[in-house]
Amino acid sequence: MPTDVERWKSEVYGNEIREHLYQFAEDGWESIPDDEHDAWFERFKWWGLYHQRNGQESYFMMRIGTPNGVLEPGQTEVVAEIAKEYASGPAENPEFGDAYVDWTTRQSIQLHWIKLEDIPEIFEKLEANGLSTQQACGDSWRNIVGNPMAGKAPEFVDAWPVIQELNERFKGNEDHSNLPRKWKVSVTGAPDGSGQGDINDLAFEPAYKEVDGEEVRGFNVRVGGGLSRNEPRLARELDVFTRPENAADVAAGISALFREHGDRENRYNARVKFLMDEWGPEKFRNTLQEEFVDFELETAGTDLREQYTYNAGGEEHGDLIGVHEQADGNYYVGLNVLVGRMGADDTLELAELAEKYGSGEIRISQRQNVMITDVPEEDLDDLLEEDLLEHYSPDPHPFMRGSVACTGTEFCSLSIVETKNRQVRFARWLKQNVELPDGVEDFHIHLSGCTASCAQPQIADISLRGMKTRKDGEPVEALDIGLGGGLGEDPHFAEWVGQRVPVDEVPGAIKNLLASFEDQREGDETFRTFIARQDEEELEDLIEPEETSYEDPYMHNTKMTWYPYADEDDMDASPAPTDGEGNPIAPADD
Amino acid sequence: MSVALRILDDGAWLSVNDQRRVSVSELWRLDAPDFCDCDLVDFIAEGFTGVSADGHQVAVTTYGKCIACGESGVPGKLPVGHIRQGEYKGYDRQNIVLRPIERRQR
Repeated sequence: MPTDVERWKSEVYGNEIREHLYQFAEDGWESIPDDEHDAWFERFKWWGLYHQRNGQESYFMMRIGTPNGVLEPGQTEVVAEIAKEYASGPAENPEFGDAYVDWTTRQSIQLHWIKLEDIPEIFEKLEANGLSTQQACGDSWRNIVGNPMAGKAPEFVDAWPVIQELNERFKGNEDHSNLPRKWKVSVTGAPDGSGQGDINDLAFEPAYKEVDGEEVRGFNVRVGGGLSRNEPRLARELDVFTRPENAADVAAGISALFREHGDRENRYNARVKFLMDEWGPEKFRNTLQEEFVDFELETAGTDLREQYTYNAGGEEHGDLIGVHEQADGNYYVGLNVLVGRMGADDTLELAELAEKYGSGEIRISQRQNVMITDVPEEDLDDLLEEDLLEHYSPDPHPFMRGSVACTGTEFCSLSIVETKNRQVRFARWLKQNVELPDGVEDFHIHLSGCTASCAQPQIADISLRGMKTRKDGEPVEALDIGLGGGLGEDPHFAEWVGQRVPVDEVPGAIKNLLASFEDQREGDETFRTFIARQDEEELEDLIEPEETSYEDPYMHNTKMTWYPYADEDDMDASPAPTDGEGNPIAPADD
Repeated sequence: MSVALRILDDGAWLSVNDQRRVSVSELWRLDAPDFCDCDLVDFIAEGFTGVSADGHQVAVTTYGKCIACGESGVPGKLPVGHIRQGEYKGYDRQNIVLRPIERRQR
């Protein structure tokens, strides 16, 4: 039997949601019928709007999809202005203030505390500047990811035109707007594996074929990767090569196959990775060939996976932080944004620096960082002297550089623990108190609040995942600790070896782990190699939780608060829901 | 009077008549000896995969973990509240012991 979500989607979905959304916005929050909340909030996702968690009713997270993380000149300023004007809630975040922009691991942008009544104005402002929230969430083509410097840094094959074509073809396309589940696509042209194709539903990875004595460059196709629900999968080789000009047609066939054969009766089994589990690549390819494309698929070409260095366990960052030369002789400057969150005023200043020193363009990476592009060599020194770069450094400490965190219980329904502010505190403490072993400069700690894995913890050196435990008999927030994840030619998901470590003992556990690494390291072996040679018991022995000088103000059950940082944080103290002016709406008399 | 019961947002919460009633991350004590060897399972709800009405009782099929011993999985359908005359009332889940529906039916 189809799920309620499928029933709602069959009634109203895709572009047509917008007119209803506008009507509700005009008539106000209370105009959404009480018995239609679930249906409309599910549909609103298609337009990038996610109703915030319990205690924050009437407020939305708004996601803006920026293909490959590219913000064209002028767009960053628009995002900052919208954040400043509309993304302030009833309480402040103690680290980030009352209006901020989140750069996400899928090269998108998230704003919080958006009121329903403001959405039409925001949409108009976004769209007047070439930005959109369309399909940023919901069961359809999501924001397409890749190496953020596509088209500007050296590439084996030019990915940016392909990404643009896919975005134009599949955004608002009624044939592909109602899929069984989300559809995440990566297109990579760089030879280093930096598009993270392995963890996407559909991945185009650089490859070549010899055809009539000529080298033809294009992409090999992989399907079925993803990290969520304790069921991580690496995308599997489909034995298909596509030339750049045919990539959209191949993608259309695969998307249509998913549309027709994905599981619409069980949302937990709906992602294409489960269809791939069931069918295997051979049946998947045969079905694609026989039913969904009207041309002969080419067999896979020779890939470049042997060359992959991005997050491959070596000493190459691959995160694009720092000063790097572009193919055209200009430079880009990658800035570290700790846990991906930047205040609205800082974002405005970032936009101004991009205008002053570069072309005005900003790019977002899958590590939640930003790049100012197109900077002439003679202007680099002046840019590097700007005050903003003291906080968002092009040369950050490894613990700041490698810290990634999801949204967490601040706003998210699914998360079990507080994340962003905690990861900020972890990074600062580690920087002050822990020495990294010699030569270790690339070290990733990713904190995800739950198994949805939005911070991509399974591909970090140290993986942290939200949990609970009891300490002195009291329930406290805790983290599972995983080790040894990464991508590269032989990607590997982290092994979860530390269970339910109270959050205040996690920095001590990391400190002890790194000390053990230094003691037991053979020569100059990398952390990933060191972890890979340990057996299960040895790995568990490496996790030694310990209380230290680190203090965690969010030990209590943050999910039971209406907002973890509010002075009065009890659920009963929540001002939500509020009207278009932010005034609490009194509950109706029964 | 019919009551709409749904699990939404990737299993994050139980909706009863379009209101969020139970969220993941709650800690429950379970009488579920089939789940693990602890006297009472000290259970964290990580995700809901289904909801059912058993008479007046609302039960959620829940994925989670015993935070005392680390056993993880689905201990069964766990009763979280009941419905009387179309009104949902949640149990005081933090302070009672929940017993899977399947165990009661033995």
